[in-house]
Amino acid sequence: MKTKVWLKPTAHILLVLGSTIMLFPFIWAICTSLKNMNEVFTYPPRFFGEQLKFSNYTNMTDRFPIVQFFLNTLKITVIVVVFQLITSSMAGYVFARLKFRFRDGLFGLYLATLMVPAQVTMIPTFILMKYYGLLDSHWSLILPALVSAFGTFLLRQFFSTIPEALEEAAKIDGCTPFGIYWRIFVPLSKPALVTLGIFIMLGTWNDFVNPLVYINSMSKMTLTLGLANMQGLYSTDWPQLMAATIITVLPILIVFLSAQDVFVRGVTLSGLKEG
Amino acid sequence: MLLPNVIGFLMFLLLPVLATFAISFSDWNLSDSFAFNGMDNYKALFKDPVFLQVLRNTLYFTVASVPIGIVISLLMAVFLNQKLGFIRFYRAAFFIPVISSMVAVSVIWQWIYNPEYGLLNYALSWFGIDGPAWLTDPHWAMPTVIITSIWKSLGFNMLIFLAGLQSISDSYYEAADIEGANWFSKFWRITLPLLSPTTFFVTVMSIINSFQVFDTVYLMTQGGPARSTSVLVYYIFQNAFQYFKMGYASAMAYVLFFIVLIITFIQFWRQKKVSIY
Repeated sequence: MKTKVWLKPTAHILLVLGSTIMLFPFIWAICTSLKNMNEVFTYPPRFFGEQLKFSNYTNMTDRFPIVQFFLNTLKITVIVVVFQLITSSMAGYVFARLKFRFRDGLFGLYLATLMVPAQVTMIPTFILMKYYGLLDSHWSLILPALVSAFGTFLLRQFFSTIPEALEEAAKIDGCTPFGIYWRIFVPLSKPALVTLGIFIMLGTWNDFVNPLVYINSMSKMTLTLGLANMQGLYSTDWPQLMAATIITVLPILIVFLSAQDVFVRGVTLSGLKEG
Repeated sequence: MLLPNVIGFLMFLLLPVLATFAISFSDWNLSDSFAFNGMDNYKALFKDPVFLQVLRNTLYFTVASVPIGIVISLLMAVFLNQKLGFIRFYRAAFFIPVISSMVAVSVIWQWIYNPEYGLLNYALSWFGIDGPAWLTDPHWAMPTVIITSIWKSLGFNMLIFLAGLQSISDSYYEAADIEGANWFSKFWRITLPLLSPTTFFVTVMSIINSFQVFDTVYLMTQGGPARSTSVLVYYIFQNAFQYFKMGYASAMAYVLFFIVLIITFIQFWRQKKVSIY
């Protein structure tokens, strides 16, 4: 393919410009997080203050129990990812391979709920949690997330592509359906499970609306809700706020940079979701 | 093996969907008395000036953010597809806003948009422009929210476009080169038509997401000033969890559901037509 001489440089210039617009806010946030209060309000703004004030990071726990928020978020995310993968893959296997009455009708119901916006299920779920006294507890964030119609659908589709010949030998040896699922399907679908896992992880880690609806106590907040709450309390302490913001983004950023390709696949899954 | 999944599905998906439908025909406000009131909520909705305003605002948000977001992300994907170096760097740069939480993004942008000390108005002052108060100006608040949303989701759309572009065979471009076609006409006559299923898919997805926008608005403006950025889901949230008007909020949730359903059906119907590609 013949490419015009001007095309590549133009593409580079525009992409560099675009990348700058994408990254600059984060760089500016880091710069702000290393200043003291007065330096933030100088005009014209400067990149760095007199000296780098790392104490915005080290003193943070006084006002912003970030370690607690981090552990809460980590706990919820790990539980949701692990259990959603288990429930989705088991049901995905059953829908793909086992035959029983009403199977297609039931799977049809799963498909139908894929296009239901989250706001539609939110009110009864809230009432259910209230009824069982689970408001302001992590259960209210974990329980509804243990099962996902999307995850079930995705893995069912993936399992359907695995050739049946692979299970024939196991069946002859008397392997149970669970044995086939665990010894053949799970190992064969590791890439699909990892991709779905990343997708669930990102959604849970960054979720804001559910913690907002369910959690009130500071000690139970997640990173997103904690940060939003802190902004409400210290809306002008920009250096401290920026330091907190950077810290909440950092864990996901590290995972992303260490496994970019898997991550990109995982996130673009939600394209499938809406489709 | 299926049981845990089915229990969760029934309890947290299927039953809530039906329950919301039932509640939407009641005036329930979380109290002990529960009485159906027929179509009252739905009738009231379309007489509620606030509801009509949030519908208009949601439409404004969608009509402005979707086309702009798509054009920019398509252009960036086309440039990225020129077999340049540094693809991984560019992709990572565009993707960092996508993986960051909306809370983090909105805190950072609120600082940049700050009317007195923010970087944006400082940058504008180089060009002699006296920047507006952005998030606190009723005319500028919505565009400001829209800009932030486009910025955050750009990398996501760009990647889907990139995948679409990479599936177009080189042979089309080679044939065009033999005919002596220039870059622009190749883009217009080959890339765009062959990419149309992807474009359509990204459009539908973006529209559905736009109708569900909430985090951005809640965090950056709380729907203000003067309800200028109040959107549908924000109003549902207020009714359900601040005013506890569960019946009214449920009716609104079903209006949203209905809108999403229509958009989804248009997509199914179109998918059948364009499947020749």
